[in-house]
Amino acid sequence: MTPTRRKALSFATFALAYLVIVPLVLSGSPYMLGVLSMSAALSVIAMGVWVTFTIGRINLGQAAFALVGGFTAAILTTRFELSFWIALPAAGLVSALVGVVLGLGILRLRGVYFAMITLSLSETMRLALLNGGDFTGGATGITSIPVPGELSLFGLVIIPDFAGSHSHLAFYFLSAFLLLASVVLVWRLMDSRLGRVFASLQQGQELSQSLGINITKYRLIAFGVSCFLAGIGGAFFAATQQSIYPGSFVASDSISFTLYCFLGGLAYVGGPVVGAFLLTLSFQFLHDLQQYQQLAYALIMIGIMMWLPNGLLSLRWPSWGRKTTSPASGETGNVQ
Amino acid sequence: MEQALVNGLVLGMNYGLIALGLTMIFSLMNVLNFAHGQMYVLGGFVTYFALNTLGVPYIVAVLLAVLALAAVGLLFEYALFRPVRKRSNREESTMLLAAGTALLLESLILLFFGEKQRGVPPVASGVFEIGGAFIPASRVLVFFVALAAIILFMMFMRYTRPGRALRAIAQDREVTALQGVNIQAYSALGFMIGAGLAGLAGALLITVLSVNSGMGTSISIKAFIMVMLGGAGVIPGAIIGAFVLGFAEAFGYAFIPSSMTYLLIFVGLIIFLIIRPQGVMGKPWG
Repeated sequence: MTPTRRKALSFATFALAYLVIVPLVLSGSPYMLGVLSMSAALSVIAMGVWVTFTIGRINLGQAAFALVGGFTAAILTTRFELSFWIALPAAGLVSALVGVVLGLGILRLRGVYFAMITLSLSETMRLALLNGGDFTGGATGITSIPVPGELSLFGLVIIPDFAGSHSHLAFYFLSAFLLLASVVLVWRLMDSRLGRVFASLQQGQELSQSLGINITKYRLIAFGVSCFLAGIGGAFFAATQQSIYPGSFVASDSISFTLYCFLGGLAYVGGPVVGAFLLTLSFQFLHDLQQYQQLAYALIMIGIMMWLPNGLLSLRWPSWGRKTTSPASGETGNVQ
Repeated sequence: MEQALVNGLVLGMNYGLIALGLTMIFSLMNVLNFAHGQMYVLGGFVTYFALNTLGVPYIVAVLLAVLALAAVGLLFEYALFRPVRKRSNREESTMLLAAGTALLLESLILLFFGEKQRGVPPVASGVFEIGGAFIPASRVLVFFVALAAIILFMMFMRYTRPGRALRAIAQDREVTALQGVNIQAYSALGFMIGAGLAGLAGALLITVLSVNSGMGTSISIKAFIMVMLGGAGVIPGAIIGAFVLGFAEAFGYAFIPSSMTYLLIFVGLIIFLIIRPQGVMGKPWG
């Protein structure tokens, strides 16, 4: 079997399990479904950070774009009374647009400068929304966002109203769909010519430029995709929580998104997903430790960094495994 | 107006200590120390603990804070950063390790000192009046201690043998190693000094502004702003950045609402970096 087919097969198996078995087992536990939905949304946002990594930039501003997406969806659904199904893609697009405009300036920065400026961006966006007056609701944010309504096409109901008795399950399926779609999107992206161009930007942008590649354009594309994913995740967050505040995503969340990518493994499309699920779930399971919860969480994080600095997926799996070879150099250019 | 000027001066001097520590760790280790803000907070809490529970004089409490943080820096470098640098394929891993240590420090601070806002009473009494501005004596003291520390630090870096070695490492690690300099030992020393400076800043500023366990990240972000303004890894740049931020903050708080102040500072910073990506004194793409 070729690696691509094996990957497709393992992805299909995972998708089937995630869409059928997990909801069957957990249908009686809204709490667990909620945790999984949140993990999936965080994975989508973290995947955006991962895309920025492929062009050799450390993006610590993802919280800013998740906020843009969340607020766009919230404003569209409450102020303009648009359907969530229009607001969701709109949130992604607005976020991507904001990203491209900002990216025109900041993508020139490299290394730690880019990391630091994007981290400041997380904080800037929070403050901008805080000072947004009536439009963004200031510190009180936007509350009582309606749950996604019915989506029908030519009189045919495609997605039922979320307000029914199984709204947890509905949100779970929505999150699962967003997660799987993002994985496919990013995976296809990396497999295409675009992915190779991104890798060339990471490995040496002067050389790519000398080969006639318009590096500004490709950097903006990568950053736009990254912000789009953040916007989608943020919009989902706003819909599940039915509220959004300037403090919903802050600078430390930005750092967490980057951590998810590192913990999962930067060389793998699935890295951010594994990282996000692992850390979100372990934080929930550590709840019983009460005041030691955060300490234990920090220790787990440091432990993985110490013993698996190239990510969890860099563990070699036995022959049936998904990842049989480890990347030669650990560059994200060698996408597995 | 004069008041804001004086406040900016005091704030800038203390921020200088934070920015210097961060720059030190950054230029030596290529580690963006996310835990710097938490180190500062820990410095403040150690001072509070030493004054209130141990009942030692203020000067001893300050020394204790510096020593405690230097020890934390040494421990982090030796037990965490060194092994990860050795094993990881990518330099960025250490940056994220720093984020992990930030969370670790924050939860430890929360466990030991609780979530209450803590401050210590002014160490010196009396108020000076200079040209219409009122300055409490304790702020004057804090200003001069910070000034002395910065001068000492600069002299150490300029004239002593370890200082020269540290500057050489910052310039070129490999070549310095070839000259027979013990890179490992000096890296540890650099980390200790950087952390110690954060501790000193915490110990000094807790007398002026109180600390709480959750403020670490915002202090780290402030430190990043200063370093970006001046240019990453450049010592005079860090001090310039610190004063610019100190004055911007003092004037902003005096004339406009506080959340607006930082918004304007950030917007200004982004515009500045678009025009001059390497900061005031940095090397391009440092």
